[in-house]
Amino acid sequence: MIEKALKGGPKYWSWIFFLLLIIGAGFTVYINQLQEGLTITGLSRDVSWGFYIAQFTYLVGLAASGVMIVLPYYFHHYKKFKGMVIMGEFMAIAAVVMCLGFIIVDIGQPQRMLNIIFHPTPNSILFWDMIVLNGYLLLNVVIGWTCLESERQRVKPPKWVKSLAYTSIVWAFSIHTVTAFLYSGLPGRHYWLTAILAARFLASAFCAGPAILLLVVFITRKVTGYDPGKSAIGTLAKIITYAMLVNVFFFLLEIFTAFYSNIPGHMHSIAYLFVGSHGHHELVPWMWTATALAFISLAMLVPPKFRDNQKMLPWALVMLVIATWIDKGLALLIGGLTPNPFNEITTYWPTGKELMISMMVYALGALVLTILYKIATDIKRDLGELTESD
Amino acid sequence: MKQSRRNFLKFAGLSAAGLCLAPTAAALASGGGGAGKAHAVVNAKTLHAKRWAMVVDTRKLNTEEAIETLAEVCHHIHNVPTIPGKQEVKWLWEGTYAETFPEQENNFPSEDLEKRRFPLLCNHCENPSCVRVCPTKATFKRADGIVAMDYHRCIGCRYCMAACPYGSRSFNFMDPRPFMDMDKINKKFPTRMRGVVEKCNFCVERLAIGEMPACVEKSSGAITFGDLQDPDSSVRKVLRENFTIRRKPAVGTEPGVYYII
Repeated sequence: MIEKALKGGPKYWSWIFFLLLIIGAGFTVYINQLQEGLTITGLSRDVSWGFYIAQFTYLVGLAASGVMIVLPYYFHHYKKFKGMVIMGEFMAIAAVVMCLGFIIVDIGQPQRMLNIIFHPTPNSILFWDMIVLNGYLLLNVVIGWTCLESERQRVKPPKWVKSLAYTSIVWAFSIHTVTAFLYSGLPGRHYWLTAILAARFLASAFCAGPAILLLVVFITRKVTGYDPGKSAIGTLAKIITYAMLVNVFFFLLEIFTAFYSNIPGHMHSIAYLFVGSHGHHELVPWMWTATALAFISLAMLVPPKFRDNQKMLPWALVMLVIATWIDKGLALLIGGLTPNPFNEITTYWPTGKELMISMMVYALGALVLTILYKIATDIKRDLGELTESD
Repeated sequence: MKQSRRNFLKFAGLSAAGLCLAPTAAALASGGGGAGKAHAVVNAKTLHAKRWAMVVDTRKLNTEEAIETLAEVCHHIHNVPTIPGKQEVKWLWEGTYAETFPEQENNFPSEDLEKRRFPLLCNHCENPSCVRVCPTKATFKRADGIVAMDYHRCIGCRYCMAACPYGSRSFNFMDPRPFMDMDKINKKFPTRMRGVVEKCNFCVERLAIGEMPACVEKSSGAITFGDLQDPDSSVRKVLRENFTIRRKPAVGTEPGVYYII
């Protein structure tokens, strides 16, 4: 099937070339990071994790999002998601590739990376995160590829795929739960030290992930003409709406716990993020932008009249993605490490080089996604299934 | 042609056998003469404890200058670079009461306490969260309670830095060597490479040769170091006779560094 990715029009090839260009440019900066060390980043002794790990955390959510399609399809036999299943699975592959990429660029001694396998340490959550992420990647590669291949051959997928699909549904919850455990089990980091963190991660994953997926589906529809069907899109938009409501609700629970208890440690990070403290206000405008966008997107998603309007829906989704990205792809990490253990504030902001390397990883994900979607849509075209009958 | 291939195979087989046997032969040969060479040299003077601990008398040691002097010695013998800015590396440094004990702050502190400075270092905790999170066992707790680092195994994921509630760990964001006076480095202790985490090691390398940690030696009696498990040890005596506190008791790490206030 891979040969489908090698045949395409000039638009396809210029997009691929563009992505390769970004990857190449980012890679030269990464070579520079390998030579100079992580000193080229804005990280410090106090804020020791930053943009890379934040992107990793956000993208785990994107990887887990596929389950919002696979679960209704396999558990509830919601057949209308048939056309979307493969897109969710391929999106998960691209997302996990980016997650792994962001971890690799973040570590100080990447050539020793395999020490995690050579010296397995079950007491470290990072060990389990490695297991669940790679396992999820493998599951999606095997399931997605086999299903697509059998579809191409016009045969039913083999029986074992179904049991793997059920496994992948449970597994999807594990990748985000374990990633949340990376943070929520640390003493002295109040912003992360909350039992609801895994639940918050899942809620934000199940709104932001499908939102990105839906936006990608819209682009795919425009480029290839492949339409997964109006009702499939409508159902996914409903799922996104409920997940976003839960996501916002969970965040408000954190606010209540911190401020009604009046415990300084619990209030400090949130205060730093939303109103600033010790004269530092770096993230304040970002947090209020996120808050505003979250509420506007909800106002556009909750009433069915707006949600079903296919012209408005993409805008609501874009706002939702930006709002959740600021919350999880920026503030979660910085807020967790600020203030530092001495109750002082060390500011952090990603450097240009850090952003270039991040662009490389994002472009790599986009490349993987483009190739996989190209194969999938070409096969659907061959099968004459470009437009799903509603 | 056939003959030469046969010869080649014979030669290859014999060489392989030889390579397998050689180490065994060498080991057997050295069995008599070089006895003990294969094992690490054990110093007869090595100091032992069931659980090393430190008590800092902040009534005696509390000025920025005094603590700086200790930090200088510590940083010199451990080849800790002097890097300016936020990406610095430090093993021993000083802080105010509010920085040292952030959750035990009082709104009306005594004038004396407000002026005092406190030495800060790795606490060598009983339940070290850094050890719990390390994915490669690069940081580990020794049987004597010292939390140690294997710089060669560290992958630089910095999970231990996120986990340490005391901010006691530093990361080598860059190559540390340009930030040291290479003519004056301590050749008995390694320098580090970029991309690994490091921290105070309670001077394990000095304990191994029968010497007390450098800061203890330099503190002229203000820091006591000894075995917490031994009721007759110097630290237990000091702890019995004085009121002491530890940093962040709420996080349950059980630090091995006590402060007399």
